[in-house]
Amino acid sequence: MRTVVFLAGAAGVVVLAVVAALHIPGFGSTFHPYRTAAVEASVKHVAANVVSSVNFDQRGLDTLGEESILLASILGAAILLRPAKDETEKRPLSAGRVLESTRMLGYLMMPITLVIGLDVIAHGHVTPGGGFQGGVVVGTGIHLLYVAGSYPALEKARPLRAVEWGEAIGAGAFASLGVAALVASGAFLSNVIGTGSFGQLLSAGTVPLLNGAVGIEVASGTAVLLGAFLKQAIMVKGPDDSR
Amino acid sequence: MMVLIVIMLSVVGLAGTAVVLTGEPQRQALMLSAFGVASGLLFMVLQAPDVALSEIGVGTAIVPLMVMLAVRKTERRN
Repeated sequence: MRTVVFLAGAAGVVVLAVVAALHIPGFGSTFHPYRTAAVEASVKHVAANVVSSVNFDQRGLDTLGEESILLASILGAAILLRPAKDETEKRPLSAGRVLESTRMLGYLMMPITLVIGLDVIAHGHVTPGGGFQGGVVVGTGIHLLYVAGSYPALEKARPLRAVEWGEAIGAGAFASLGVAALVASGAFLSNVIGTGSFGQLLSAGTVPLLNGAVGIEVASGTAVLLGAFLKQAIMVKGPDDSR
Repeated sequence: MMVLIVIMLSVVGLAGTAVVLTGEPQRQALMLSAFGVASGLLFMVLQAPDVALSEIGVGTAIVPLMVMLAVRKTERRN
């Protein structure tokens, strides 16, 4: 019986997929109705980066959903990775050996990476990138401190408690901006504030603000996630660990 | 442009196969990182720089790093 239901469903999917594929415009053709509509809407709100306009203005609710998924999955990972009852946290006695060249590269690259990440967040509405991409760069870049050989320095530079707060504040700020727009204009996450002039830092209305909120959330979330993994790998000792 | 797309698609296909055929998890994480760079370049060639940035950040840095740390942790048990 189950096989019959599956075969009927599979046959339906195949038929529909073939019918749909027959009407797809050719690869590389100039017929793009969605692109045209998205670019028009983006230009109306003075957003130079159409992708950001789609993500944070035209379909902001989708992005709120994605941010919530990210928040929930990082929360789940952090809960799974917390030290269990039979595990103890122990600071490693030595910092380990790091090549001088690796150490120098780490210290050299960290500030550069952080500046690039912040730049990608700040200009998300003007050039490719945005809160997610820049947030990932910032959240990962800070861990170059560990590559440079200092776990205690990393712990000081990104206190886990603070980045946990950062993640919640970022997610909350996104939702609050949506509610503020609802109060001001009657539509959740609508682009209510002045749109500025094309290609400038102050343009595209609420898009850079939402980018900033996502940037804070993703940068903190990445740090929480990698922090939990690093802590498990470096500090937490279980009953059957050999080293 | 079409040539570049074909080249990058093949590179991504090869890199993906290499990831699957690598048995040892630590090496596999490194191959995954290379696969991330390749797919990032493919997205770049397909004129999707936003997606390329996400792919390079997540695919070449975070995911392989998480795998490496998890492997390091579990190997200590054996």
